[in-house]
Order: sequence, then C-alpha cells, then structure tokens
Amino acid sequence: MLWVECPNCGSRPFEEYRYGNVFPVTPDTITDADARNVDYAWMQDNIAGVTLERWFHESGCRRWFTAKRDTTSDEFLPLDG
Amino acid sequence: MNEFVETLLDLPWQVGDPKPAYDVVIIGAGGHGLSTAYYLATRHGITNVCVLDSNFIGSGNSGRNTTIIRSNYGIPESVAFYQHSLEMYQQLEAETGCWIMHSQKGQIWLAHSVSTARTEQTRALMNQAMGAKTDYIGPDEIKRLCPQIDLSGGGRYPVHGASYHHEGATARHDRVVWAYAQGALRAGVHVYQHTPVTGLLMDGDRVTGVQTPKGNISAGTVISAVGGNVTTVSNWAGVRLPIRTHALQAFVTNAHAQEFDPIISSNDLVFYVSQTPRGQMLIGAEYDRFASYRQATSFAYLQACSKKSITMFPFLAKLRIMRSWTGICDVSTDFSPIMGETGVPGFMISTGWGTWGFKAIPAGGEQLAQLVATGSAPLIEPFGLDRFAKEAAMADPSSAGTR
Ligand SMILES: [Zn+2]
Repeated sequence: MLWVECPNCGSRPFEEYRYGNVFPVTPDTITDADARNVDYAWMQDNIAGVTLERWFHESGCRRWFTAKRDTTSDEFLPLDG
Repeated sequence: MNEFVETLLDLPWQVGDPKPAYDVVIIGAGGHGLSTAYYLATRHGITNVCVLDSNFIGSGNSGRNTTIIRSNYGIPESVAFYQHSLEMYQQLEAETGCWIMHSQKGQIWLAHSVSTARTEQTRALMNQAMGAKTDYIGPDEIKRLCPQIDLSGGGRYPVHGASYHHEGATARHDRVVWAYAQGALRAGVHVYQHTPVTGLLMDGDRVTGVQTPKGNISAGTVISAVGGNVTTVSNWAGVRLPIRTHALQAFVTNAHAQEFDPIISSNDLVFYVSQTPRGQMLIGAEYDRFASYRQATSFAYLQACSKKSITMFPFLAKLRIMRSWTGICDVSTDFSPIMGETGVPGFMISTGWGTWGFKAIPAGGEQLAQLVATGSAPLIEPFGLDRFAKEAAMADPSSAGTR
C-alpha cells in the first residue's frame, strides 16, 4: 500500500486523499486574453514526470496541501527535493 | 502472437524500411490508427499511407479495454456518432471477413434511487429520439434478463429500474484491431511495428512529417492516433490539448458457467460486469481519479470493485480474480473525444478517447478518413478541438467515469 505524507497528520494511506489537479499554468506564448482564458479553463499540461499538484486529505484533516509527484511512477517526492 | 493472428490472417507485410514519403502517416497502430488507414484505402483509394507504432499492433489501449460497444450516451451528437459506430460493428465481420466475435448482449444500466431512475428514463427518451434502441424497464424485467441479480442490492442498493440498451454488444478486442490491420495491409497500406516516432518535421508552423530511428518520413498529413502519450506528440506540434492521462483498471475472474447474458452497469455504485466468451466475469469501474502514466493495478481498486459487484451479484463472491490490467486513458476535460484538425496545418488528431475508445473504432476511423479525403465529416464536426474556444464543449455526464 502506498503511504502519503500529510503536513498535518503525517503518513497516511493513499486512499484517504483526493487529487486536486496541478496548478494551471498558461504558457506565456499565448498572449490573446480570450485564448488565455480558454487555455486556463480547459487545457492541461498533462506532464509525464514530476509535477506540482494540490491534494486534499479528504478522510483526515480535510485540508489542502501541495505535493510533488512523479506521474510515471505515482511516487510522492519531497517538496524541497 | 496469438493463434488467430498466426493461422487465420493473411498479412502482406512490407519488406525493408518505410519509404521517405507518404500521403498520410498515422502515429499509433491501435484500433483508431488502423481503422483510419483501412478506410482511407478502401473507401477513398488513398493507399499511400504508413502506420507506425512504437510497440506491436494493438499493444496500447486497444489491448487494455473492456470491449463494450454501446451508443446510449447522454448528448445527441454522441448518440448519433456512437450509434453509427455500433451499426458499423454489426457489419464488420461481413465487411472484413474476420470473425471478431461480435456478440449482441444488451446493456442494462441500473438505477438505485429515484434520482438516477429519472436519469435513466431521460437517457432512454433521448436515445430513442436519436435512433438508439433504449427503453426504461422495471425490476421484474431486469430479473428476467439477469436472474443472478440481487434486486435488493444487499439491502442498501435496491433496484428501482434501469435503461435497457438492446443493441449493447461486445467483440474480441485484438480481433478487431487485426481485422483492420489485415484489411489495411491487403489494400496496400504500410504498417511498421517497433518504429517509434521521436519527433515531428516542421516547416514553419506546418507539420510535414515524422522523425523515426529508421529515418525521417515526410507526409502530406500526419495523424496522431496515439493513446496515452498524446500530449507528448501534440507538444511537438505546439498544440495544447484539454487532455489528462488517467489509469483505468479492470479484471477478470476464473471461468463460470455461460449463463450471464447482458452487460450490467450501475449508475450509483459505478461498476460494470459482463461475461467473456471464455466464461470469465469481466469487471471494471471508474478510472483512477488522479493523473497517472503508470499502468499499475492497485489492491484498493480490486477490493472496492469486488465489493461493489458482489453487492449486486452475490455469486461473484465464490469466484477468484485471475487477471487484471490497466490502460492509460486520455480523458478530455469535457469527457468527449477530440477528432479532426488541430489548427496546425498538416497535423490531425484522434484523441480524448478516455474510457470509451473501443466502441468508436469503426466510426472514428471512417470519419477521420473522410475528413482527410474530402475535407468534410459532419458526424464528427462537433468533436473538433476548436469547440473549446467556441464555447461549444461537449460535456457528456454519461461518459464520465467509465465504460
Ligand atoms: Zn491530514
């Protein structure tokens, strides 16, 4: 079983958490205001590798936190690593 | 290689490396890539086509799905598209001469509450309006169609009713893929396995071909029919996609007597079950909620899914999980597929197949081929990538999740 570190509760089973997507980042190359809006609302970076994400400790302290994770291995990595 | 491919097919493979140029290069030799090539060659006479795959034919999601064919979607454009695909599947054995083990079973979509019963009634009416054969049925009829069901749902999930999709079916996934591969090869299409595309050739903002370890190949049109890694390919062309990649798990049990006829899904419990031609019970549920490129099965999933299916079908508790698999699915932000132009000249796409790609293989390929050949394919026009900028997203509540 995968254990994930909550900043408030410590190490807890993965199933207690809910995924909250990555921070949406619209590329600087998109300059038109409407196009930036469409990108923000719909488009995804969908990175295969290390991403910075929001997670919610749903069955625990019910607080959001930021986590670093490798989407190719599902491994959680140290935030400052 | 399996016995079907080894003994029953006639596959005129090309000898040597790919040519330096083709009219159309398709990335991905799965169901959608091969059906697109097949229809380009057989319906439009465009045979100067090359299909490339980083692995073997059908090694991606075409080999990692649950083979369900249905058209009972939640928005009119989707019902029309999937109904066309369902009807093409019914004719596919006659057209290709390959026994794809197409089996019409009917799909029952259970409602366990007044609110989901209303959802299923709405589905039935909307399906009928769009030409799909779906009726709302009550518990007695459900029990007649599927005697194994516990209508009380273990006391917690009583069955209020269901929508019954008469033409719901299954087919053998690798046979579908190989039927298209054989048809495409016989029509003169080149198919190269173990030939990864490592980049796109660009001339200004136009895609002009692909890079491979066997050399550059130029193309009038490059089509990405990639499953799982479509973002990597589209990034090469500078195309932003509303796609997130998720894992979808499923499993089969040991064989059971051949007596489970329909495909059953549950609206509230979110799982589905059918019986394979080998007698195994095939069980699946939603895709994993977090983004992932890892094709891994989790015990948490097997446990949750087993529990849900046993709630409705107590006989499953006596069976054992024999085999599980996981596909990595490109889930679009509005839960509908994306087909057609990308805004980058020379580069088309077939993606966003989430967990509903298998059923769309015939119509997806046929329509994309028509778009390449004639510049117009009305059935898939609503599914273009430009729909997001036009505020015409195709949010389909009944494709979200699974199936
Ligand atoms: Zn916590």
